[in-house]
Amino acid sequence: MSTIDLTIEFGGGLELLFGNVRSHAVSLPTRVPASNSTTLSPPVSTTKPADVDYLIHHLRDHVLKERPELFMEGDTVRPGILVLINDTDWELEGEGSYQLCDCDEIVFISTLHGG
Amino acid sequence: MAPASCALCQNAKAILKRPKTGQQICKECFFFVFETEIHHTITQAALFKPGDRVAIGASGGKDSTVLAYVMKTLNERYNYGLDLYLLSIDEGITGYRDDSLQTVKRNQLQYNMPLKILSYEELYGWTMDAIVSEIGKKNNCTFCGVFRRQALDRGASSLNVDHVVTGHNADDIAETVLMNIMRGDIARLGRCTMICTQGEDTIKRSKPFKYAYEKEIVMYAYFKKLDYFSTECIYSPDAYRGHARTFLKDLEAARPSAIIDIIHSGEAFEVRDDVKATQKPQQTCKRCGYMSSNELCKACTLLEGLERGVANSVITDKARKKLDAMGPAPDNLRTIPIFRSPLPAVSIESSQDQ
Repeated sequence: MSTIDLTIEFGGGLELLFGNVRSHAVSLPTRVPASNSTTLSPPVSTTKPADVDYLIHHLRDHVLKERPELFMEGDTVRPGILVLINDTDWELEGEGSYQLCDCDEIVFISTLHGG
Repeated sequence: MAPASCALCQNAKAILKRPKTGQQICKECFFFVFETEIHHTITQAALFKPGDRVAIGASGGKDSTVLAYVMKTLNERYNYGLDLYLLSIDEGITGYRDDSLQTVKRNQLQYNMPLKILSYEELYGWTMDAIVSEIGKKNNCTFCGVFRRQALDRGASSLNVDHVVTGHNADDIAETVLMNIMRGDIARLGRCTMICTQGEDTIKRSKPFKYAYEKEIVMYAYFKKLDYFSTECIYSPDAYRGHARTFLKDLEAARPSAIIDIIHSGEAFEVRDDVKATQKPQQTCKRCGYMSSNELCKACTLLEGLERGVANSVITDKARKKLDAMGPAPDNLRTIPIFRSPLPAVSIESSQDQ
């Protein structure tokens, strides 16, 4: 199964939910379940190319260490978390439906911490 | 999706969708419009005049770090002629403020601005750590808020500045509008959208980021690689504000202009004179000289409660009665140093010194 390698960065306090580590290397399969389920068994019939929606589920299920409700709400990131895809606002890249490519860098920044 | 080009310069690749306008713009145009809008906010409200001494309330967090950077940039670009200072309040919260103050100390060097740190311990004799161990986590934000407000004024007074600017952004102000509506606090609702507030003898305070979205402030800090600190206060945050904030962020996700729209609604309210009249007239605290709407200012009342072991005296009626029943404050009670109003007092003070 071929995979894509990504660099994930957390900032603005979000890193505290991820073991206080800012930078993570993550590999995803090129095709993933359309349901965004990150448990690979049982085998799924409907798949899609790996996208940011799937990545968010993967991070919550396999990388996050505590308080998932501060990272996700419903099927996406919690309002107030900014996402950048290769240093571009994800709102310009199709948000969760952006199809990931090998070597993409995805940054998540919380705006919710005190100023 | 094909990368869009910038709506302003039509040239470089867009990297940001502006929440206020929906425009897609490139990095250089973003820096320029963000800074220019702050400049317009400052000039339209005529916040400063040449020669003003201005302190930036600096916590080490994103808003005040970006504010310090932008104030320095605009002061140089447009020749405001301001003397800029950093003013930090050390509440005495181990593992939170001590770390964020390290950020402010780095900012002092990076921005080449003098820094003054005033601590609760120095001013009140109590750190927030000590207060929380006395009263618990419930209501501790009341103490912190009252103490911080007065500490900022006193720090500003000791720097002899004319003006304090704080990093309150559009999201903060919209939240406050919502909270004042939900609490029925109409007098505050009328005031909370003002860009500049000034009591009779206090130092001016203003909010140059009044119309700046939090999203853009964080993006600005990210693209400029500014050094800021982001950890939640370890003592329970203001829960009521938390609800307003979550509600506002949900609204923003559905319609990004909601934040600026709420501020405009707040600005458009006209508070009837008889509602305004419920505000008590301002007087001077008989114990410390700070302005107050009662005989004793809030900080002196809170400090007396702490010193006499009934710290909730301003929180609950029962504890207030208990404090009253204990009789007048003893002479050896720890008090806050006398507050000297910086504006009229400057000349008096200097003539005494000479």
